[in-house]
Amino acid sequence: MQTRALPYLLLLPSVILLGVLFLYPFVLVAWQAISDDAGQLTSAHFSEMLGHWKFNTAFKNTLYLTLAVVPIQMVLALYMASLVTGMKRGRDAFLYIWTIPLGISDLAAGIIWLSIFEQSGFLNSFLVTFGINEQPETFLGYQNKGTIFLAIALAEIWRATAIVLVILVAGMGLIPKEYQEAAEVFGASRWQRFTKVTLPLLKPSLQTALILRVILAFEVFAVVAALGGTNLPILMGEVYQWQFVLRDPNVAAAFALVILGISILCTLVIMWFLRTPKGATI
Amino acid sequence: MNVDGTSSAMRWTFRVSILVLCAWVLVPIYLLITNTLSSPEEVVSFPKKVWPSFNLESISFFINFAGVGQALWNSVLVACVTMVFSISAGAPAGYALSRFDFRGKSFYRVLILMTRAFPLPLLALPLAVLYIRIGLDDTILGLALLHTMLALPFAVLITYSLFSGIPVELEEAAWTLGCNRFQAFYKVIFPLVLPGLTASAIFAFVISWNEVFGAAVLTIEHRTLPAFLLQGLDQAPLHLKFAGGAVLVAPALLFIFLVRKYLFSMWGIANR
Repeated sequence: MQTRALPYLLLLPSVILLGVLFLYPFVLVAWQAISDDAGQLTSAHFSEMLGHWKFNTAFKNTLYLTLAVVPIQMVLALYMASLVTGMKRGRDAFLYIWTIPLGISDLAAGIIWLSIFEQSGFLNSFLVTFGINEQPETFLGYQNKGTIFLAIALAEIWRATAIVLVILVAGMGLIPKEYQEAAEVFGASRWQRFTKVTLPLLKPSLQTALILRVILAFEVFAVVAALGGTNLPILMGEVYQWQFVLRDPNVAAAFALVILGISILCTLVIMWFLRTPKGATI
Repeated sequence: MNVDGTSSAMRWTFRVSILVLCAWVLVPIYLLITNTLSSPEEVVSFPKKVWPSFNLESISFFINFAGVGQALWNSVLVACVTMVFSISAGAPAGYALSRFDFRGKSFYRVLILMTRAFPLPLLALPLAVLYIRIGLDDTILGLALLHTMLALPFAVLITYSLFSGIPVELEEAAWTLGCNRFQAFYKVIFPLVLPGLTASAIFAFVISWNEVFGAAVLTIEHRTLPAFLLQGLDQAPLHLKFAGGAVLVAPALLFIFLVRKYLFSMWGIANR
């Protein structure tokens, strides 16, 4: 029958959803950012955004946070993944424990680290009980931007390293054992096997993980809201502010386009930088 | 491997690293639970005890707090609708990708993979405008549609890997025995993929359950739990936040435990 039409029929629901809820809205948000109420092209929303005193701070904070969090996550996840491959017993149990944060929302992660960093929290209790500090500190007060940043970075590393770990463990599972064995036969040390065999073959997974993490890092929102309130402006927080508090969806859309722009730019850079040469796949 | 000094030192670093990393993941969760199981006075007292007093005042205060019950119910509703939508649109696509070669297949795959290179929560902004126009603003259905968009790429990729794992010969055997395509799928393939389908449905549930930004932008009266908590962040008392955080975390933990096996097959295939 219809066998020719069948695959298209099966794809149809998801294609409709993608078209109506993904492609069209992105056109809409772009239009919202560059047009006024009368439907004329305007750059007013962008100049309002760029002229606002918080824009530069939010942009820098988001960028610094990404630069602080993502490299640590990649290294930590690589280390965890190589520990997992070295395990003989208990592999599944440890993997489950390490992937627990995968199920925890960014808001919940923020609240979890709030219990540690707030003024009557566990860190202060620890420092005072052991006589390191005499008074509890206001780590998350507006005058302590440095510790707010640190708390957010820790919460992000804690929460989102798991997704990188899962991608890398899955990727390592695809590398045939023979390559490792061959390298061992030729006298490669553990470290050499890691850098000369595992890392190059893991490139596609590293690429996927890096793209995903960088994009998620640009979208960071609820962790910052829970730990920093409005003391540490970030891009996604500004989108929310303009949409809800200042009630200017056009400027919010302009912010959204900035996030979209840097996300796409970073995706392209990472794809080019970690490209796999033709014919070098497993 | 020989049992000399260096290799035993390495074994110890190996063990210690594993334990430290487990503590790094588990201790913060434990501290949240301690706070949740302490009375409101204990939560703000100083210095804080590391053991919970198993006082249920905080949690009962949270459950009885105005709006929490409704928010919880909304969260469950949105997550269930998301689950149904993403599986019923994603599974047929996954099946088509695994069983047919057709024009536009690679384009479709690129489209699905492309969604991951976009900050999807931002979709909430244009959808807010769109929904007001078509009367879907501040509704369960509207939010569930956004969450479906977040979960759909995963549903397609997981079901694609599931169906690819089942030999097409099984289906062909059923055809020769007189089943039509639909019967063969329903009687042979469906029972085999059911556990995997359930896993990807659960995954869709967790994505929706945890989503904050879109829920906060798209709903006003019909807040889900994360949106409700976010709204109250600057004025809510600490014990309310901690109890809310714990309620948010608990089901997600259980669900991730249930689908842990599929996490890896999903990302394995998603890499290619």
